[in-house]
Amino acid sequence: MAPKGLDYELLNENVKKVQYAVRGELYLRASELQKEGKKIIFTNVGNPHALGQKPLTFPRQVVALCQAPFLLDDPNVGLMFPADAIARAKHYLSLTSGGLGAYSDSRGIPGVRKEVADFLLRRDGYPSDPELIFLTDGASKGVMQILSTIIRGPSDGILVPVPQYPLYSAAISLFGGTLVPYYLEETANWGLDVNDLRNAVSQAKSKGITVKAMVIINPGNPTGQCLSEANLSEILRFCYQEGLVLLGDEVYQQNIYQDERPFISSKKVLMDMGPPYSKEVQLVSFHTVSKGYWGECGQRGGYFEMTNIPSKTVDEIYKVASISLSPNVPAQIFMGLMVNPLKPGDISYEQFIRESKGVLESLRRRARIMTDGFNSCRNVVCNFTEGAMYSFPQIRLPPKAIEAAKSAGKVADVFYCLKLLEATGISTVPGSGFGQKEGVFHLRTTILPAEEDMPAIMESFKKFNDEFMEQYEDHKGYSRM
Amino acid sequence: MRRSVIGGAKRSSLFLLNQAHRSLLSPSPPPLHHHLGSSPSSSATALLLLLRRLSSSSASSPPPPNMSNPVTVQSINPKVLQCEYAVRGEIVNLAQRLQEELKANPGSLPFDEILYCNIGNPQSLGQLPITFFREVLALCDHPTILDKAETQGLFSADSIERAWQILDQIPGRATGAYSHSQGIKGLRDTIAAGIEARDGFPANPNDIFLTDGASPAVHMMMQLLISSEKDGILCPIPQYPLYSASIALHGGSLIPYYLDEETGWGLEVSELKKQLEEARSKGISVRALVVINPGNPTGQVLAEENQRDIVEFCKKEGLVLLADEVYQENIYVPEKKFHSFKKVARSMGYGDNDLCLVSFQSVSKGYHGECGKRGGYMEITGFSPEVREQIYKVASVNLCSNISGQILASLVMSPPKVGDESYESYSAEKDGILESLARRAKTLEDAFNSLEGITCNKAEGAMYLFPRIRLPEKAIKAAEAAKTAPDLFYCRHLLNATGVVVVPGSGFGQVRTCFKMLS
Repeated sequence: MAPKGLDYELLNENVKKVQYAVRGELYLRASELQKEGKKIIFTNVGNPHALGQKPLTFPRQVVALCQAPFLLDDPNVGLMFPADAIARAKHYLSLTSGGLGAYSDSRGIPGVRKEVADFLLRRDGYPSDPELIFLTDGASKGVMQILSTIIRGPSDGILVPVPQYPLYSAAISLFGGTLVPYYLEETANWGLDVNDLRNAVSQAKSKGITVKAMVIINPGNPTGQCLSEANLSEILRFCYQEGLVLLGDEVYQQNIYQDERPFISSKKVLMDMGPPYSKEVQLVSFHTVSKGYWGECGQRGGYFEMTNIPSKTVDEIYKVASISLSPNVPAQIFMGLMVNPLKPGDISYEQFIRESKGVLESLRRRARIMTDGFNSCRNVVCNFTEGAMYSFPQIRLPPKAIEAAKSAGKVADVFYCLKLLEATGISTVPGSGFGQKEGVFHLRTTILPAEEDMPAIMESFKKFNDEFMEQYEDHKGYSRM
Repeated sequence: MRRSVIGGAKRSSLFLLNQAHRSLLSPSPPPLHHHLGSSPSSSATALLLLLRRLSSSSASSPPPPNMSNPVTVQSINPKVLQCEYAVRGEIVNLAQRLQEELKANPGSLPFDEILYCNIGNPQSLGQLPITFFREVLALCDHPTILDKAETQGLFSADSIERAWQILDQIPGRATGAYSHSQGIKGLRDTIAAGIEARDGFPANPNDIFLTDGASPAVHMMMQLLISSEKDGILCPIPQYPLYSASIALHGGSLIPYYLDEETGWGLEVSELKKQLEEARSKGISVRALVVINPGNPTGQVLAEENQRDIVEFCKKEGLVLLADEVYQENIYVPEKKFHSFKKVARSMGYGDNDLCLVSFQSVSKGYHGECGKRGGYMEITGFSPEVREQIYKVASVNLCSNISGQILASLVMSPPKVGDESYESYSAEKDGILESLARRAKTLEDAFNSLEGITCNKAEGAMYLFPRIRLPEKAIKAAEAAKTAPDLFYCRHLLNATGVVVVPGSGFGQVRTCFKMLS
């Protein structure tokens, strides 16, 4: 038969190279088992509402009113919605150019971008230009847009932390660039060493790769570590010296579970450093409505802010954004509400604070429960989750287990995670999906299961793990660390 | 957010249009420009040549990096530089500046408001959303109120029922959670049933990928199909510039095929064949054929026989048929009907083994016009499991499309039926919008045809008019002197004189020397 347009052999090779384990083999197997009736606990993705976290009431009230503006004309609307939600709905509708159903400016509704700019000023103490803030259908879309602008071909390298959230590796594959890894040090709380960065760049250079950008995920995913101000200054200085654009994935900035290192944005540190850094270093920062205590993943709302990017480049980024016409308008309203929250005295303020605090305090407790739970298991060592939404325990697999995995044709941590899934219904993502040092294995789970379910889940994990280790250990030692 | 009645606004701006148009034309009648024939449009050829030239030069090593500015226009992805999207291009930037000026200095310009006619964005021009759809969406956004007694008084009973039905299809009723990467299963079931009801042939929910509007789905397909500039995609000229932009962004080659203005923008398979063969002779592997039906910007609705010829052509040549069918509910002439390409292929007896077909649908057009929601889907048929896996994988990197848009797509494909409480009002709203669109299409068509130097084909469907402006020599020379494409020159004058924003035809591709504008 004549070759057809979408024969597998003719597909774009870059597409074939893409891996995204978060919804890969483990997830697909878990979905199969779920269809067969097995109870599955999905901890493969940071998806809080899927695990019982309730949406915040106030934003849902506002957006519902914006969806159905006829409600605002009804005399009984005050019986169902508080006055401040009604006022906010009117406010956001007035900022749109025809309600939720009209394409907005391709960069997002100007009024909402102004609210983001105001938020950034309050957060960092430095003014922000709404013209350099682009709203996107989720932070992921923004990351893809920026990477596709930067990457010209395989000789363009992007510095990416290992372990990393595999959106970065997937996007770099898709756009035909080269991922240049820098390893986070597990024994030093997933810290990074600037010398490692320097080595990575010179090694890349020797292979003919021009490193153009550096990704940091702060707080880290899957690792959870929060970068210190000193760390960030070092990184920014490094980017200045090497002429790299810093891509600051800060989507977990509201998920902080320790007090030694509160969140500090890359932009603030950069501005604090003063010239020449503050005027020269190119920075793109990303944020979202999907994480924090909002967890509104399904809305697909995000933004990026550009600092020190030449205006001609901004024009090109705008041009590409305009091809998709506009980001979805309801999510833009969620973003506005997130950056411009209620104030003391507002009718809904008490409830909002109660709901928000409830989520954050519970997350903090769950981070502790999980870390301690993992550390109580045989051959498992787990750094504390300082931030974000994940636990990334190291599983020290005995040599016999690794052999068994090989015989089964599986990567060792995939083998372990599949067995875990089948025994307990807990669906995780193997560490190989994020990258790790050779011969060191991890898995990523979220800290999102409901607090009341956690003890049972950890119990179930411990039982499986300790039995697994019993089965495969030869009492002579662990897998090579 | 109510605007003045569309008809009224258009009439006054047409008057201004007339005045502006006259001022641009010389007193002597415009010379006739012979435009048709086999010579390809200069702009499309130029695009193709530029793509080839730039992609061959990128084979050599990149310029040395600028140490302190890694992201300048010299060092960014050249494909980004190459792509163009006139719908929101220069004219719109100019319009926005004028709008700011009007705000700062009211009365300083010869018009009171900017009228954006550059884009199919109905609700920004006063079209109201369908009440039933918004009721369901509001309830799904804030399901807490479903338990309240007052809700019965504010919402129709069937919208409440539909909301419950939809929420039951969402795990945990969590509308804020990432869904399955193809979209919520229950909603895909509904859409598949809607497709079957429309076409009379079954649809498989696993063939459906819900996306943030139809545009991301188009991008996904281009990404899959294009590995290098040796991969060509056949596109209609004039075309909606998402296609040219996407092909440029992914580094492929656009192979133009020309629609015939003289025959109501007809599509001839002989033209397809000719362009295909020419491309192949140049070493291009032609992978797919884009057909926009109803057409954008041209508005033509394909005859079924035409569609059958196209299906045969794709099957014979091993091309993927990319059927952009987003305007399937915008048809204004009684003698034409929408037939999906899937229906046509199936009724010819062609199944999954015969043809790779992708159909794109959107919530942005039709009578619903919900552009800002970003809802849509692609239905893919005829693909091997290995290829589907790859499509799924790419979709999964973005996790999922927005849930509200997914819900809306399912409502659009299965609206209220006869007997439902909301059916009467829904029907009245829908008919009102469609009838008004049909009237406006006719009014504008007649108005354009009455203007000096302008001829305009009927808009059988979609949301646009694509009148042909025969610009006199003097105007063309003036444009050249201003280093501007003649139609952009005209459109700029139009904007400055009347506040009406349209897109110059060169943004869509056109045969040389006849200039169009999109309204």
